[in-house]
Amino acid sequence: MQILEGSRAIAYTIKNISPEVISAYPITPQTHIVEDLAQFKADDKADYEYVLAESEFAAASIIAGASSAGSRVYSATSSQGLLLMSEVLFNIAGMRLPIIITCANRGVSAPITIWNDHQDAVTIRDAGWIMFFAENHQESVQQHILAYKIAEKLNLPVMINIDGYILTHSYEPVFIPNASKIKKFLLKKADTNTKLLDPQKPITMGAFASPNYYMEIRQKLHQDIMTSAEVIKNEYEKYIKIFQPKNRDHNNKYKSFDNGLIEYYGPPEPQTILIAKGSVVGTIKEMVDNYKKVGVIKVKVYRPFPEEEIKNIIKKVKNVAVLDKSISLGQEGPLALDVKALKATYELKSKIQGFVVGLGGRDITQKMIKDIISLSQKQSSKNIFICK
Amino acid sequence: MKSKQKKQSTNKNMIAPGHKACAGCGQMIAAKAVANALGEDVIIANATGCLEVTTTPYPQSSWRMPWIHSLFENASAISSGIRATLDYKIKHAKTKKEKQKLENIKVVAQGGDGATFDIGFGLISGMWERKENIIYICYNNEAYSNTGIQASGATPWGANTTTSPAGSGSSIDAIGSHQRKKDMLALALAHGLNYVAQTTAGHPQDIANKIKKAKQTKGPSYIQILSPCIPGWKIKSNQSIKVAKLAAKTGLYPVLEYENAKLTNVMKVEDNPLKVDEYLKIQGRFKHLFKNKRGRKQIKYIQSIADENIKKLEIGK
Repeated sequence: MQILEGSRAIAYTIKNISPEVISAYPITPQTHIVEDLAQFKADDKADYEYVLAESEFAAASIIAGASSAGSRVYSATSSQGLLLMSEVLFNIAGMRLPIIITCANRGVSAPITIWNDHQDAVTIRDAGWIMFFAENHQESVQQHILAYKIAEKLNLPVMINIDGYILTHSYEPVFIPNASKIKKFLLKKADTNTKLLDPQKPITMGAFASPNYYMEIRQKLHQDIMTSAEVIKNEYEKYIKIFQPKNRDHNNKYKSFDNGLIEYYGPPEPQTILIAKGSVVGTIKEMVDNYKKVGVIKVKVYRPFPEEEIKNIIKKVKNVAVLDKSISLGQEGPLALDVKALKATYELKSKIQGFVVGLGGRDITQKMIKDIISLSQKQSSKNIFICK
Repeated sequence: MKSKQKKQSTNKNMIAPGHKACAGCGQMIAAKAVANALGEDVIIANATGCLEVTTTPYPQSSWRMPWIHSLFENASAISSGIRATLDYKIKHAKTKKEKQKLENIKVVAQGGDGATFDIGFGLISGMWERKENIIYICYNNEAYSNTGIQASGATPWGANTTTSPAGSGSSIDAIGSHQRKKDMLALALAHGLNYVAQTTAGHPQDIANKIKKAKQTKGPSYIQILSPCIPGWKIKSNQSIKVAKLAAKTGLYPVLEYENAKLTNVMKVEDNPLKVDEYLKIQGRFKHLFKNKRGRKQIKYIQSIADENIKKLEIGK
């Protein structure tokens, strides 16, 4: 166990995962991660190729090229950088490249902001990536290692989202699994079935598909992302057995349920449930302890959306408050929409209330959580902004 | 028997027949010359465009070499990633033989003039700045032909395209394209490339020679090939070779190469070089220039570009 900055914890983890090609372009608050990775290389502590990209668009393209030739790859970005990558992100998923990117979540301009929210990540949620959200440093370490296992097993790209500043620049005690243990956990090259560019066996990648083919290819991608949920659960169980005891917990009033896709923290029969993703769940857990009938669901995997798991927990619950650090402008919080959709699908009686919180780095205080809990028990309406 | 097989494999066309390009397509003639000169030890990253569309309708492919298409603007960056992978593998090769084999593999990025001069230029600049051992080939047909002949940064003065249409108005817009053609060769040289060359689809043997030189060059190289487009230039399908040769013969599009920043080879023009009229008049895209005084003025200006090339490069007599 070490006390590390969140960015350094991720950089150490990536070093131990041993990627072969890294490419990145600096953007706040992702910078510390890629600076650390460059330093490891300069100090001979890592042997990857580190390609300096001239934009995020290039960085994403460079790791796409490297992956297509058989490298394990890595990049990290934030906000505008993620949006600049977006064309490549769709392409990577469509080409089934097992690529890992960390997004240090930050709001999107204008007005320009360098502070945290989730607008960047949710904006590319339809790109075909598996999307993890981490609550704390230890979880982000865990999700990066899991990401490589899942990506290389399924030929799907995985993005790990960590809250900018709140996680990237804060210090926490964290355990980094060593390289040999990670190597054992991850797939061997020979066990992957990724198609590679190799003059010995020439193949064509990225062919264009006419209307006769396009739809089935997209359907297959969707199906594989949906079924990845089972793989994530299995690999999470294995991970916990090998690397860490389940949930070294914050306060331990309740025992958590965690299957890798979601975590539930709270009483066995809650009346109110809050649903959120990322670091704010830490604050919510603290507040849950002050109530008798309030619990929280942490969405650890946002895509594929863990519909079944969430449904099973909220089906008998009266009030559900969904917290979004982003908004589909002109509609409402994207996570709230997902929960409302599952309410309709399963004809649940629960009242779902969406709350927009923490945009552009606005602190989410315990008082706000308290207000959300009481507002969720009242008349429901669209999109309540909790600004203070 | 064995030797016969080997001979067959060295003579084989690296782009298989059956592609869907227009009959007489200049780019396809050039791409075949390129692919055959590259041979088997190569990985190609291709930009979106006619070459990609006409050769890879899923689930078919004309490419007998490892080939990837990602997006319109990123063939260069994709090839940078492929290069990084090969570099990593070379450093970690277990045997000398394996290392040698990996070192023989060339990485090639290619695209049209839209992908090269315009949308992908920033990424090409990044690739060149990194001094990566990659050959970049631009098939320059001087317009966005795949989307219906719109003007690009490579469209020449006076050309009629669908977004720089010749018109009946009185403003400069009426002459067709009236932007300065971007000088990609100068930009390549400014990046310190060790091999920069220009040729045309009318010179397939020259293409092959230039590819061979680029293969031997350490670091990045750039080859730009003028590739007549049948519908875009409004020429007949048996005219692409002829018109490409005329481009060189008039001095408008000199065939040349720079090695280590020095002009080392350039194809001479005849004593009394052909006038640009000969090149322009067989192309429908310049037809409007021959119709009025204003058009003839543009032809004069185009002639002055050719004259300037001949003088500057000393390719007259």
